[in-house]
Amino acid sequence: MLQTVTLSLLEGFGATLKLFFLTLVFALPLGLLISLGSMSRHAVVRLPIRFLIWIIRGTPLLLQLLVFYYGPGIILHNNIWGSGDQGRFLAALMAFVINYSCYFSEIYRGGIQSIPVGQYEAGQVLGLTRTQIFFRIVLLQVIKRIVPPISNEVITLVKDTSLARVIAVYEIIWNGQSFIKSAGIIWPLFYTGVFYLIFSGLLTLLFHAIERKLDYFR
Amino acid sequence: MSLLEVSHIKKHFGDTEVLNDISFSMEEGQAVSIIGSSGSGKTTLLRCLNFLEVPDYGTITVRGEKLFDADNNGKVSEAETRKKRLHFGLVFQSFNLFPQYTALENVMLAPKLAAKENGTWRSRESEIKSEAKRLMEQMGLAERMDNYPHQLSGGQCQRVAIARALALQPDILCFDEPTSALDPELTGEVLKVIRSLAERNTTMIIVTHEMAFAREVADYVIFMDGGHILEQGTPSEVMDNPTRDRTRQFLAGYSR
Repeated sequence: MLQTVTLSLLEGFGATLKLFFLTLVFALPLGLLISLGSMSRHAVVRLPIRFLIWIIRGTPLLLQLLVFYYGPGIILHNNIWGSGDQGRFLAALMAFVINYSCYFSEIYRGGIQSIPVGQYEAGQVLGLTRTQIFFRIVLLQVIKRIVPPISNEVITLVKDTSLARVIAVYEIIWNGQSFIKSAGIIWPLFYTGVFYLIFSGLLTLLFHAIERKLDYFR
Repeated sequence: MSLLEVSHIKKHFGDTEVLNDISFSMEEGQAVSIIGSSGSGKTTLLRCLNFLEVPDYGTITVRGEKLFDADNNGKVSEAETRKKRLHFGLVFQSFNLFPQYTALENVMLAPKLAAKENGTWRSRESEIKSEAKRLMEQMGLAERMDNYPHQLSGGQCQRVAIARALALQPDILCFDEPTSALDPELTGEVLKVIRSLAERNTTMIIVTHEMAFAREVADYVIFMDGGHILEQGTPSEVMDNPTRDRTRQFLAGYSR
């Protein structure tokens, strides 16, 4: 039995990891774009983006998953996600990417705004271009400052992926839960916690390594 | 022809007139000290010269080339401004070293990026590096080249910042209260370096609260108050025989 359960949970955890990594791949860069937009001098750019961030951070991710998945069908009478497992996964991924890029954008914004103006001015008087100032001077300092809050969000994301089961994405919790009905046992559900723990443990080690790597300057 | 000609510069922030009709000129190899109480406009004047602030009125001319003219400033591109500001170097009160680079890398960064931009980095790499090392040695920091800024004392940081500004060989090196963020103990080593630059006839503008130093190192002293230049002349004219009550009052505050 343990073997059957483990295999089933591993399969579910595969979907969990896929959702996790794809969300990061898209949300980390999109978050930077959103943060630049939220700091824009032009109100036509800034205000809609601030509004979006407010909506996304102000409502539960669970609700956003439902709206993303069912919304197009109800409003447009057209299920843009397509049918089947893939369609539901795509809708879930979309919701996670939008949600996490909004959170990341605020972390980026905090990081960028925490860099003293003197760093920009020193670059300017040395005749550097704005691009050079951003990439050669500011960026690494921002990264150093945002590693701890980003690691927080990333570890939260590991566990948030379990919300995707609300639109029937077959991730690990879904698979664990299914044993209650099929075999009348609940321990597989509890057993899923081990997978989360091991994975978030690995992430913690990774982020500590990154922090140590950036320890050479202050 | 003077090296630098500043003429009728005006600058206001909101309703406050920070600079009001500032005019002065200086010759190659001169050291000019700007003194005055906090809020008198000294720092803003330096920032205008380094294009960190845009004056509302007036002109700035270096070697006969008009670098800034408030009348047609709108047409100047970012690239042009970048080129123009290289006539000046600026040493900040708070150093503003780049923390992720070693002392030597801080000094080399701007020349290196400039060389990379015009495609000469390959051929000039060793030259740029040895010039940066020479400047570090000149600042007395031969042993500190590979240290990061957080491993250096304030005085050492400020000397790195001076080397960094010198690396671009500006016509005029500006100092904005270079010792105000330092312990009295560390002030001396920075003043010593600036003094040695003056002895080599480096053209400098020094905003400072160190009156004894200003008198000793400067060929010319400008006293500013409330956005105006109240008095300018040789150190003995301005500091020993001031013509204005306000100047006497200011200087008296330091001799107590």
